[in-house]
Amino acid sequence: MFRQLQVRFGGPLAMAIVTLLGIWLIVMVTLPQLQMIEYSLKPNLLPAQIGGPEDRLTLANYATLFNNDIHRAIFLKTLWSSVLVTLLTLAVSYPLAWYLAKVATPRQAALCILLLIVPFWINEILRTYSWFIILAFRGPLNEVLMMLGLIERPIRFLSGNGGVMVGMVYAYILFMVFPLYNAIESLDDNQVRAARDLGAGTLRTHRRIVIPHAKPGIATGCIMTFMLAAGSYAVPALLGSPGSRWFTQIIYNWFFEGGNWNQGAAYAFLLLVLCIGFMSLVMKVFKVGLGDIGR
Amino acid sequence: MSSQRFLAFGLRFYVVVFFAYLFLPLLIMAAATFNDSRFPTVTPWDGTTLRWFGELAADGGMWQALGNSLVVAAGVLVVAVPIGIATALFLNTVSSRAKPFLYALILSPLLTPGVIIGISTLIFWRQFGVSGGIFLTVLGQATFIAAYVMLMVTARLQRFDRTLERAALDLGASPWQAFRRILLPYLKPALYSAAVIAFLQSFENYNTTLFVVGYDTTLTVYIASKVRTGLTPAVNALGLILILITVAVAVVYELKRRREAARVVEGV
Repeated sequence: MFRQLQVRFGGPLAMAIVTLLGIWLIVMVTLPQLQMIEYSLKPNLLPAQIGGPEDRLTLANYATLFNNDIHRAIFLKTLWSSVLVTLLTLAVSYPLAWYLAKVATPRQAALCILLLIVPFWINEILRTYSWFIILAFRGPLNEVLMMLGLIERPIRFLSGNGGVMVGMVYAYILFMVFPLYNAIESLDDNQVRAARDLGAGTLRTHRRIVIPHAKPGIATGCIMTFMLAAGSYAVPALLGSPGSRWFTQIIYNWFFEGGNWNQGAAYAFLLLVLCIGFMSLVMKVFKVGLGDIGR
Repeated sequence: MSSQRFLAFGLRFYVVVFFAYLFLPLLIMAAATFNDSRFPTVTPWDGTTLRWFGELAADGGMWQALGNSLVVAAGVLVVAVPIGIATALFLNTVSSRAKPFLYALILSPLLTPGVIIGISTLIFWRQFGVSGGIFLTVLGQATFIAAYVMLMVTARLQRFDRTLERAALDLGASPWQAFRRILLPYLKPALYSAAVIAFLQSFENYNTTLFVVGYDTTLTVYIASKVRTGLTPAVNALGLILILITVAVAVVYELKRRREAARVVEGV
């Protein structure tokens, strides 16, 4: 590998490339992850006890999750809610991606994409905060609903999972729209026309032609959205309440309130396993590889 | 036929609703900045005021956090951009059986939740006596931002005509000269874009930063803590200013990118 670099860039530059890549992949990516796993397998000890008889590998930190009913419930809720957020985001994004890729004129599409990119550049915290204002007890949404006579009294949107889910769909929607758009855009229009000419209705055309073609985009969008939702800290912290905690909040508490980093590392690793598991499942179901995701 | 028409109309209606959903929350947040109410809201409207901008400007903590954010973003540029370029050059040059494995490793920071990158960075550096602060924030953020830089440089590198490089070498240029005079100028637009994206990603990052920031609050962490404790419309004033800056940068960036793309199409 080094030879190829040396031929193209010369010795010093090849050396620099390999050094930078090595520092990144080893010191910044791999070793910290391994250290986290090692931490998760050790008990939380006082400095004096380290190296002593109690300093040995154990799965106790993982058992905590299975023995603690509240934490287990929150873990499972995070899993199901993230799946739900992913499906909702997919449902909301698909028609838009279809419109952008195949229905809109090039000018309309260019304008829409610019309009989509602008909120995408805005801070996630601010986007979430805007929903905090809308969903507040005395906020505009309750006012409007009461004015329309749909509700008698204001609803506490910010105390359940509903607000968190709405905020997440809003925050991560563009990670779904763009992969979908890229995938649908590359579909040959003639295929859609042919399906129509042969008598397929709208639903059938999508089910048999568009969706199979857009598989890599759907897979990428779902993987990104799930990872962002399951790993979100800001949205549940701003739009949730103590009754609707997210797994990331439990992890945070182990580190900065419980002071038990080993326990926190175990929970963090479980979150990572959850995300890897979801990713593998989606890649298997949609039969796509990592190469399709990087695009 | 009429059902086709109905569907087409429905789709257009949906697109309008979608964009309303995208922008209405931001407009409401912006509007709340000018409401003379102690709590950020638009209902009821207690009169129009500009005083929240004044309160924001008088907030020393905000300026401190802004300074930290800028220092971190500068640090991330210094660390992540060279790594991203090096990785892109590596992937573009090398062919080996280990490449798919390396590629998966290189992409992994993009597929790992940000909180986990923060946690693993915090744990790893503890053994060297380094605790949370600006240094670890730079390292944690650069870990995944380097991968974004790599993707953007790679996209341009894939369209590079390597015969240019070979011609330079045949004409007696050293590999360094060929890199410096041929490849680097070609990559320049991608490097600018990558720097802009890296800066923004760093400035806005919350999940990774939260775990590694220690007591050196960045602006995003500061906003989040304000929302949870001591919320006043001064937060909206800050949000509005950030949104206006972001929109300006985004529009300029996008227009520049399009001009660049148009040049490529015309073959200039």
